[in-house]
Amino acid sequence: MTAATLSSGWFLENAWLIPLIPAIGFALIISLGKRMPQGGSEIGIASIAASFVISAGAAWQWIQRVNSVSGDGEHALGGVFGFARAILPAASEEGGKAAYVEPVIRSWTWWQSGGLEFGLGQHIDGLAVMLLLLVTFISLLVQVYSTEYVAGDRRYTHFFASLTLFSAGMLVMVLAENMIQLILGWEIMGLCSFMLIGHWWEEKANSTAALKAFFTVRVGDVGLLVGTAIIFFGANDWAVANGSNGFSIQAISGWAMSGEASQSVLFWGGVALFIASIGKSGQFPLHTWLPDAMAGPTPVSSLLHSSTMVVAGVFLVARLYPVFFVGFDILDTQFNLIAIIGGITIVIAAALAFVQDDIKKVLAYSTVSQLGYMMLGLGVGAWLPAVFHIFTHAFFKCALFLAAGSVSHSGSHHSFDMKKDMGGLWRKMPVTAGTWMISTAALCGIPFFSGFFSKDEIIDNAHNNGYDVFYYVGLAGAFMTAAYMTRATYLTFFGKARGAAAGEHHDEHATGHDAHDAHGHDAQDHGDHGHDAHGHDAQGHDAHGHDDHGHGAHAGPHESPWRITAPLVILAALAIGSGYLNAPAVGTEYFLKWVEPVGAEVELAASHGDDGDHGDEALGFGALAASEGYSEGCGYTDPAEGKVCYAPKVPHAVFTWGKAAPSIVLVFAGIAVSAWLSLGVFGDRRNPFRGLTTRFAPARWVHTLLVNKYYLDHLYERVIVRAVAHPIAAAAYWVNQHILDGIVNGVGTSGRRTGEWVYRNVDQRVVDGAVNASGFVASETGHALQPVQSGRVNQYGALLFGAATVGAIVLILVNI
Amino acid sequence: MYAVNFLLLGAVMFSIGVFGVIARRNAVMVLMSIELILNAVNVNLIAFALMNGSAEGHVFALYVIAVAAAEVGVGLAMVLMIYRNRRSIALDELSALKG
Amino acid sequence: MNALLAADVNVAQNVGFYVIAAPMLYGALRVVTTRNVVHGALWLVVVLGGVAAQYVLAAAEFVAVSQVMVYIGAVMVLFLFGIMLTRATIGAETDLNNRGWGIGIPVALLLLGTLAFVILDEFGSSVIEEPAAPMATTAISDIYLREGLVPFIALSFVLLAAAIGAIVLARKD
Repeated sequence: MTAATLSSGWFLENAWLIPLIPAIGFALIISLGKRMPQGGSEIGIASIAASFVISAGAAWQWIQRVNSVSGDGEHALGGVFGFARAILPAASEEGGKAAYVEPVIRSWTWWQSGGLEFGLGQHIDGLAVMLLLLVTFISLLVQVYSTEYVAGDRRYTHFFASLTLFSAGMLVMVLAENMIQLILGWEIMGLCSFMLIGHWWEEKANSTAALKAFFTVRVGDVGLLVGTAIIFFGANDWAVANGSNGFSIQAISGWAMSGEASQSVLFWGGVALFIASIGKSGQFPLHTWLPDAMAGPTPVSSLLHSSTMVVAGVFLVARLYPVFFVGFDILDTQFNLIAIIGGITIVIAAALAFVQDDIKKVLAYSTVSQLGYMMLGLGVGAWLPAVFHIFTHAFFKCALFLAAGSVSHSGSHHSFDMKKDMGGLWRKMPVTAGTWMISTAALCGIPFFSGFFSKDEIIDNAHNNGYDVFYYVGLAGAFMTAAYMTRATYLTFFGKARGAAAGEHHDEHATGHDAHDAHGHDAQDHGDHGHDAHGHDAQGHDAHGHDDHGHGAHAGPHESPWRITAPLVILAALAIGSGYLNAPAVGTEYFLKWVEPVGAEVELAASHGDDGDHGDEALGFGALAASEGYSEGCGYTDPAEGKVCYAPKVPHAVFTWGKAAPSIVLVFAGIAVSAWLSLGVFGDRRNPFRGLTTRFAPARWVHTLLVNKYYLDHLYERVIVRAVAHPIAAAAYWVNQHILDGIVNGVGTSGRRTGEWVYRNVDQRVVDGAVNASGFVASETGHALQPVQSGRVNQYGALLFGAATVGAIVLILVNI
Repeated sequence: MYAVNFLLLGAVMFSIGVFGVIARRNAVMVLMSIELILNAVNVNLIAFALMNGSAEGHVFALYVIAVAAAEVGVGLAMVLMIYRNRRSIALDELSALKG
Repeated sequence: MNALLAADVNVAQNVGFYVIAAPMLYGALRVVTTRNVVHGALWLVVVLGGVAAQYVLAAAEFVAVSQVMVYIGAVMVLFLFGIMLTRATIGAETDLNNRGWGIGIPVALLLLGTLAFVILDEFGSSVIEEPAAPMATTAISDIYLREGLVPFIALSFVLLAAAIGAIVLARKD
């Protein structure tokens, strides 16, 4: 044991200011924004910028702190983008790395109830610092970008207010010292995402998308509440005995690793929390809200889907990793819930990205798929690569969204339809195209771009930790990612200019089309609608009065102004550079050093010091092998008496180019295949594109080109909906009509509700994920649910008392 | 005196009241069933006060009686208003909440 | 029952309880099953009176008197007025129950079973000691005017609001 003095500093101690400043900024924008010369956007930008400065300071001091433990500060700053170290051979683990670095925890009592203190505070460790920096940075760029993108909008001030509050919510969550605070930030984000996605709510599709996002995420939020309750009741005794309570994240982590936690409590708590992650991070069964959320303005999509909203779910898992690690037996079992869901999501979402015409929806499905990678990484024990992927993904995905917005803003006359209004734009918009392609390369995982270093690490670690199935899933995902991004790039920037990209203007008849029903609807309706601008933007162009910045004056596409391109360039630079922070291929392992909590035992007594008292904690040191599996240590054996673990000891794969070769080959194969297909499929049919604006031509090329592209929609529609949902629906309805109504005076009510539950959920889920039958099924569902909503007070009374009784019986059975 | 006497009496009255709330169609009868439920609760409160030898149960029972009186007053006023508007107080015809 | 219990249990009091409880339960059943609304109200009087008698048996004289005055004196009169004002005919009626009234039986039985199980499980063998004297009204008033003062004031506001609300609702205009 070695006593070490941890350095701290003003920024670390006062990191709680980071979310507070945007929160105050939000209040100022709401109250004063309309009278400000810039409509409140300057407050938003200033507050986020202030937070960014504090975050940067905190990150700097955190690095100092880590170095003060490990005792070497040689590459504290100089190597942040250090190509100097890049030429060195892969660094081995630094000896001092094995110390657990105490997070900077401060807490103030928010309210008390029954002797239980609910605190607000900060829990600053490497993960929090990284996300604070990331969120404030991306938010800042997005706000700068938005000043141009939504200029002249009717609700300009409210837009910036929501954006600022949204960032504040995310920062609250990232900082969260306890679960209550985490839920607070989580819900603020949910509310703001609703406001932002539905920003142009005059159009029905937008408000519907906002509602869908809100409610889908709410489904998951139930899991968060339930999971928090389960974990609280499990952890509280242990935590109280150690001077904390069962909401404290630090205490929960310690409890989960202490060996005193019941496996089933951890498992079910983990399942409930993971359901929350599924909802927030758009994982497989609940991913449907995410593409629809593209109805929001592009900066919103960019912010939500790169660094904040969707990452919250991943963050939750990463933050409470000990719970999941022990609860799901990660590294001990071949399959676990997190990895399975992540793997399914990768493949499903990547497949869907192939059939999208809307450039933002391609990116949305891509985001879903990449989030699947993060979950997969967490599920296979690759904590650090997953977290690193959050980091790199934020930059290049944000750049991609902003580039798509730039294309729509200046290149395609507010359309997001790649097939109809884009193509050949790279000459007209060189900056946008260049940044897009750099980011695409990063997303695909081409070597020496940032995505390669994170994604390949996930895949490599999956293999290294013995998860062979998920290794192949990850490889398949890499191939698909490269392929669909190549297709999108080709359609947008290469080939022949089409539609608005060729300088043509839209007819207003186009706006009646429901542009947000992305799946397959488009293909069938092309014949009727000809070319259609994607709903909100074409209409918003008129309805929201932001056509006063000169689109009419431009005959065709042009490069966007600097307030759009500057963030793009910065992000594209980071899309390359951010990967080198933890690139074993070139010998940098800063993330490993600065971000990953070390799974080493810590003296228990010192670990719950309050209010930043970090004077003289004793830190446990232990050797950390590089790539071997472990059989003892944190997460495998219970910590010794009087010691505690706050993080599991996870193995790290050692990078070799040989191991990375399969994924590199697959990525290039995906690009080649997709480019070849794109050239063949889209290139041969150049002439019909000119006739796109006439009404019959789309039907022709839809038939010749897209029949086999929409096989997935057919699969969903014909096979799943017809074969699965309809019979179930019909059966449920039949049971409902014939059997249950026959004994309607008996115990029918509960049975009927079960039938309807099946009807509603199975049907809605499948149809939601699938395509075309939504209207019909929705009305049928409504009819089926009507009996419950009879309006008869007595029936409500019966349900109420029945439910209360059942609840009481459950309580009795539990306590018996 | 067995403790279960009062408590079981309360339980039976409560269940009968619940049945009345569910089964009755006439709004006044539903209100009467609610009175049964409230009295069942009061019986329990008095029984516990007796078991513990404290006056708090009595105080609480009196609260319940007062609230019940207020509830009946408002409830019957509502029933009267509904009756005036619709010439009926059959609850199954009042389905404005129907979804 | 063993000798200990027999010594502790006041037989006369138990018998009195059952004598009062039997008509109460019958009355309660009639309230929810009768086809005549006025009869239902009168059966309710029986139940409420029985409850008052049980209060006396449980040494709660003050509550018993309040019960009689408030319930039988005021609430029941309100009910009878309500019945008169809302019904054209006074007499048996065929459709006092809902179409789906049968659901109430299993729900009520389930509830009763649950409650009975819990009660018997927890208090099945406990015997209430004989109170030395009825609960003094002063004890109740002490609580009302000390720790129960705020709820007491709040309650008076509730009653005031209810009175105003009832007037507003029932007023013809």
